[in-house]
Amino acid sequence: MQAPSPFLAAENLACRRGQRLLFRRLSFRLEAGAACHVTGANGAGKTTLIRALAGLATPYAGQVRSAGSLGLLDERTGLDPDLPLGRALAFWEQVDGCTSPHGAITILGLAPLLEVPVRFLSTGQKKRAALAALLNRGVPIWLLDEPLSGLDAETIAKVTALIRLHVGGGGIALIASHQALDVPGMTSFAIEDFAPAPEEDDA
Amino acid sequence: MILALLRRDLGQFFPFTGSGAALPVVFFVAVAMLFPFAVGPDANLLAKTGGGVVWIAALLAAILPLEKLVARDIALGFFDQLKLRGLAEEAMMAVRLLAHWLSFGPPLLIATFPAAALLKIEGETFDILLLGLLAGTPGLAAIGLMIAALTASLRAGAALSGLLLIPLALPILIFGAGALARQDPVSLGFVGAISLGLLAIAPFAAGAAIRAAREN
Repeated sequence: MQAPSPFLAAENLACRRGQRLLFRRLSFRLEAGAACHVTGANGAGKTTLIRALAGLATPYAGQVRSAGSLGLLDERTGLDPDLPLGRALAFWEQVDGCTSPHGAITILGLAPLLEVPVRFLSTGQKKRAALAALLNRGVPIWLLDEPLSGLDAETIAKVTALIRLHVGGGGIALIASHQALDVPGMTSFAIEDFAPAPEEDDA
Repeated sequence: MILALLRRDLGQFFPFTGSGAALPVVFFVAVAMLFPFAVGPDANLLAKTGGGVVWIAALLAAILPLEKLVARDIALGFFDQLKLRGLAEEAMMAVRLLAHWLSFGPPLLIATFPAAALLKIEGETFDILLLGLLAGTPGLAAIGLMIAALTASLRAGAALSGLLLIPLALPILIFGAGALARQDPVSLGFVGAISLGLLAIAPFAAGAAIRAAREN
């Protein structure tokens, strides 16, 4: 995809889960090289926001606009649990047309795990595998839902470095996490700031 | 992307490659094997009723793979990741339908040979049975996929899908088994027509179903 310059924007976005309005009047625009950290308590709507931005959930109001391919990392890896990790990753490499997957696999320390079936991997190992799949896609916009959960200190530093590298290379990263992230120039907002006031009508 | 997806889906569902995927075929032969034990070794009776038994066994075997057909990949986020890569739900479901039929139709047709031998089905009756299953199994696969996609987000989905498949598969069963009773291959045309109609709507119905399942 030869889009001139990637961007990701939300305009007056409102989302709800079930009958409950999670947030409304949320607007932002991320240009190439921008990173944004979304904070919020569990259940505040971080995941819903990410899914709305990814086009996987229909917003209640407002709209999402973007240029450039989106990559999503969430707690569901999309890797076949019955396959050895190497083959599960190879499927996505094939789909994405990635010819040199080994860099990401080595950086994330997955090389010794390639023969292990995905269902035997720990939470942190699965997360690293999903990250490798995301890296190998080479997409400009990253939507990361809790990318640091379940990771040890060493891997957190690695992931932070990868995000920095991605943003530094003109990519966009939107990270929903309740953990602190050390990325220079990163903006941040709390999703609770956009939650409807208790007396505010649902409509 | 489509080819890679088809290969992956076949790896999941094809007998002896996926986990427990050979079960429907084994089940199918087991029913055909049990029937002579239950009604006795009267060759005339077996030949007369055997075709119907094979059809019922095929229908029941079609229920077995439904549980894993769609729900597992929704829970895995697999369809989400494909959607992000720009693939429409309808295309995902069309590939899944092809993989589902390939992993259940042809093995069932092959298993029909031993099943027919056990039930003393021979000559023209056997030809009509085999042709009927060839025409009917795509329809069964299409019904199965639609039901699996519709019930994927329900907690009791697996139990429900069996109950839902049976009434929907009745027209295929009536024309398919009816062709055997009347020794009339023409009504197999109806089986084929029903199958084609189901094949045409299944990717759209199943695609809409997994889109709806994603929203909650």
